[in-house]
Amino acid sequence: MSADLVLQTEIVGKRNEHLYFALRNRKVVIGSSIVLALLLLGVVGPFFLSSTPNEYVGPKSAAPSGDYWFGTTYFGQDVFAQFVHGLRSSYLVGALGGAIAFVIGLSVGFTAGYRGGLVDEFLNMITNVVLVLPALAVLIVISSYLEVRGVVSQAVIIGLFSWPWVAKAVRSQTFTLRNRDYVDLARLTGKRAPQIIVREVMPNMASYLLMAIILLFGGAILFAAMLDFIGLGPTNAVSLGTMMQQSMAWSALHLGLWWWFVPPGLAITAIVGSLYITNVGLDEVFNPKLREM
Amino acid sequence: MGRYFRRKLLIYGVTFVIAVSINFAVPRLMPGDPVARMLSRNKVANPESSEAMRAYFDNVFGFDVPLWQQYLNYWAALFKGDLGVSVYAFPASVSSVIAGALPYTLALLLPAILLSWIVGNSLGAMAARNKWLDNGVLPVGYVFTAVPYMWLAILLAWVAGVILGWFPVAGGYSFALTPTFSWVFIVDLVHHWFLPFLSLFIVALGGWAIGMRNLVIYELESDYANYLQALGAPRRLVRRYAFRNAMLPQITGLAVALGMVVGGALVTEVVFAYPGLGSLLLSAINNQDFFLLQGILLFIVIGVLVFNFLADVVYVLVDPRTRLGLEGGQS
Repeated sequence: MSADLVLQTEIVGKRNEHLYFALRNRKVVIGSSIVLALLLLGVVGPFFLSSTPNEYVGPKSAAPSGDYWFGTTYFGQDVFAQFVHGLRSSYLVGALGGAIAFVIGLSVGFTAGYRGGLVDEFLNMITNVVLVLPALAVLIVISSYLEVRGVVSQAVIIGLFSWPWVAKAVRSQTFTLRNRDYVDLARLTGKRAPQIIVREVMPNMASYLLMAIILLFGGAILFAAMLDFIGLGPTNAVSLGTMMQQSMAWSALHLGLWWWFVPPGLAITAIVGSLYITNVGLDEVFNPKLREM
Repeated sequence: MGRYFRRKLLIYGVTFVIAVSINFAVPRLMPGDPVARMLSRNKVANPESSEAMRAYFDNVFGFDVPLWQQYLNYWAALFKGDLGVSVYAFPASVSSVIAGALPYTLALLLPAILLSWIVGNSLGAMAARNKWLDNGVLPVGYVFTAVPYMWLAILLAWVAGVILGWFPVAGGYSFALTPTFSWVFIVDLVHHWFLPFLSLFIVALGGWAIGMRNLVIYELESDYANYLQALGAPRRLVRRYAFRNAMLPQITGLAVALGMVVGGALVTEVVFAYPGLGSLLLSAINNQDFFLLQGILLFIVIGVLVFNFLADVVYVLVDPRTRLGLEGGQS
C-alpha cells in the first residue's frame, strides 16, 4: 500500500500532490460534496420551479407531501420553492460578502506587514478597532436605515465589517516572510512591492488564504441569516433567514408547522458545518504532519 | 505593563469615538429622509400638523444647525447621558428604557459566556489527550459552531417548550405575576431564563472546545513538552504546562468572540421574546424608533469595550510576560 502510494505520488508530480491528497481525504470530499450539492440545488432549482416563491399556490399549512416536498406555509406558499431560492441568495451573500472581506483583509494585511513602520501602526490600529466593534450591532443600525435592501447591499456591508482577523493573520505571516533571502533577492532585481507580494510572498501562504476564504464565506452566511432574522433581510427576495423570520412571525412554532422552520436552519448548519469540516480536511492536506494515512 | 494598557486603552478610545461617529453619521448620510419616514409611518395627513411634527423632529435631531455643530452637540448630549426620547415607548427616555432591559440581557450573557468558556475549555483539553473522546467532541463541536443562534433557539423552544411542555417559550416571567422579590417569582424567572441561556451556551461551547483541543495538541508537540518528556517528567506535569500555555490565546479569544455572542444573544432573545436588549431592538426596528436603536448600539459598544478591558486585565494577571514588559499579549 505505502510503496504503491509513493509510486503514485511520484507519477502525479509535486504540483498535483495537494489535489491528490485532497481527493483522498474523507473530510474534504464529504464536506465539499455537501456544499456543492446544495449550491447546485440553489443554482439549478429555481429554473424548474416558479420564479415567484412567495406566490400563494397550495393549501394552507399543508404537511410535506408529493406535491409540496417541504409542505406549505401558513399562507399556502410552497416551502420548497422558498428554500431553493433562499439557498441561492445565501450562497450569493456568502460569496460576495466573503470576497469583499477577503480583498480588504488581504490588502490591509499585506500593506501593513510588508511596509511596516508608521503605515503598519496606523493599519493595525484600524484593524484592532474594527475587530473590537460588535459587527452585528453596527450592521443592524446601518441596514435599518436602508429603505430598500437587496442581497448585494447586504453582502457589501457584511464584507466591510468582517475582514479584521484576516488582516491580522496575513500581516503576521507577511512579517515572517518579508525578510527571507528570496524576497530580498527579488527586491534587488528592482521589482516593485506589489509584484513581490503577489509573486514571492503570496504563494507561500496560498494554503492559508484558501482556508481564510472558506471561513469568511461561512461567516458571511451566518451573519446574513442573523440580519434577515431580525427583519433586516432583503426586501425584494427570499432568503433562508427571512424564511425563519416569517415562520416565527406567524407562530409556526405553536401551530406545529415544523417543515417551515426546520429546513432553512438545517441548510445553513449543513453548509457552514461542511465548510468547517472541509477546512479541517484541507489543513491535513497542506500539513503532512496531520495526515492520517 | 504601562505600555500594554496605554495601547489597549487607546484602541478602545478610538473604537468608542468611531462607534459614536457612525451613530451620528448614519442617519444623516444614508439615502432617504428618516424624518419623512417617521412622518409617513405616523400617517400624518394634515399638512399643518405634518409641518409641526417636521419642525419638532428637525429640532430633536438638531438638523437646524451646521453639521459640525450638530456633531459637537451630539457629544455634549451623550456625556450628559441624554440619548433622546423613545418614540416607541413615548414619553420614556431612551436611557431608562434600555436600563429596564439591560439586566435581562446581562443575566443571559454573563453565565452563558463564562460557563461555555469554562466547560468548553475543559472538554477541549480532555479531548486533546483522549482519542475516543476526541472523535466525539470534534464533529459535535463543529456542528455547534455552524448552527445559527436563532435556529437552535427555535428548535429548543419547539422541542422542550411546545412538544414536551417543560419550559415556557416566551417572555421573561409569567404575565400572571408581578415582579416582586419572592420565591415564586424568582423560580418563575429562572424557569423562563433557562432555554435562552441553554441555546446561547450550546452554540458558544463548540468553538471553545475545538480551539482548546487544537491549542493543547499544538503545545504538546512543542519543544519544551518534548524536552520535559525526555527528562522523564510525568505526563500529568507536561499536560499541565501545555494547558497553561494554551489558556492564553483562549483569554484573548474571549474578548474577540464577545461581539459575536452579543449578536447571538440579540437574536436568541427575539426567538424567546425575552425582554432584553434584543427584543427591544426588534421593537425599535419595527417602530422606526431611531433614537432607541442608536442608544442600544451605544450600550452594546460600551459593554463590549468594558469586557474587552476586563479580559486584558485578566490576561496581565495570567501572563507574567506582559507584567514584566516582555513580548506577549501585544495583539
